[in-house]
Amino acid sequence: MTCIKEYNRLHLLAVKRIVIALNYHNKVLCMEAKLLKKQRPKHLNLFKISQPLPAIVSIMHRISGVLLFFPGIPLLLYGLQMLLESADSFQALLTLMQNPVVKGLVLLFVWFSLHHLCAGIRFLVLDLHYGVALAHARASSKWVLVVSVALTLAAGIVLW
Amino acid sequence: MVKQNGRIVTGAHYGLKDWLAQRVTAVLMVAYIVLFAVIVWISAPQNQVEWAAIFSYPGMRVASFLFLASLMWHAWVGVRNVLMDYIKSAAIRLTLQILVIVSLLAYLVWTAEILWS
Repeated sequence: MTCIKEYNRLHLLAVKRIVIALNYHNKVLCMEAKLLKKQRPKHLNLFKISQPLPAIVSIMHRISGVLLFFPGIPLLLYGLQMLLESADSFQALLTLMQNPVVKGLVLLFVWFSLHHLCAGIRFLVLDLHYGVALAHARASSKWVLVVSVALTLAAGIVLW
Repeated sequence: MVKQNGRIVTGAHYGLKDWLAQRVTAVLMVAYIVLFAVIVWISAPQNQVEWAAIFSYPGMRVASFLFLASLMWHAWVGVRNVLMDYIKSAAIRLTLQILVIVSLLAYLVWTAEILWS
C-alpha cells in the first residue's frame, strides 16, 4: 500500500515537472516569436543607428561634392574673374576678402574642397585594392577627417 | 553582345566610361592644382598685373581651361549619380539633369571668356 502511494506521489511530481518545463518552453517560444516579429521586416532609421567612420567620410564626400558644384563653381569663376579682370575688380576682391563673414565662408569651402580631395584620394587607393581590410579602411577614413581639418586650419591661419 | 573577355579601357564603353572619366578628371585636377600652387609659390604675385601675367601664357590658359573643363565633367558625373540615387521621378530627374548640363556648359563658356579676355 505504502509502495503504491509513494509511486503515485513520485509520478505526480514528475508530471508537475514536465508541465512546468513545457510552460517554460512555451514562454520562450512566445518571446522568440515576438522578437522575430519585431525584427522582420527590418526598417533601419539612418538617424538612429550610429554610422561607421567610412560611411561618414563617404556621405561627406557626396555632400561636399554637391556644394562644390553649387554654389562652389560659380563662386570660383566669379573670384577668378575679379582676380584677373582689372585693377579695380582686384581691389574689390581684396576688400571683399577683408570681410570676416566672407573669410569664414571661403574657409568653409576650403574645407569642403580639402575633404573632397582627401576622401577622393582614399577612394582611388581603395580602387587599387589597397587598405580594403576593415581596420585599414577605418584608420584611413579617420586620417581623411584629420588631415582635411588640419589643412583647413592652416589655411585659416594664412587667411587671418 | 560585348565579349566578356579581353576588355580594354580604350575599347567601347562597357558602361564604365563615367566611372573612368570621374577618376581621370580627378587626377588631372590634382596635377593642375599642384602645378598652380608651385607657380604661385615661386612667382608670388602681389597685384592684378602680376596675377594677369601668370595667366597670359598660352600654356597656362590652356591648362587652366582643361582644369575647369575637367571640373565641369567631374561635376556632371557626380551630380548625375546623386540625382539617380535620390530623384525617382524620371521627368523631374531629366529636367534637373538638363539644368545641370546647361549650367555646366554656360560655366565653361564663362571660363573661356575669363581666360581669353
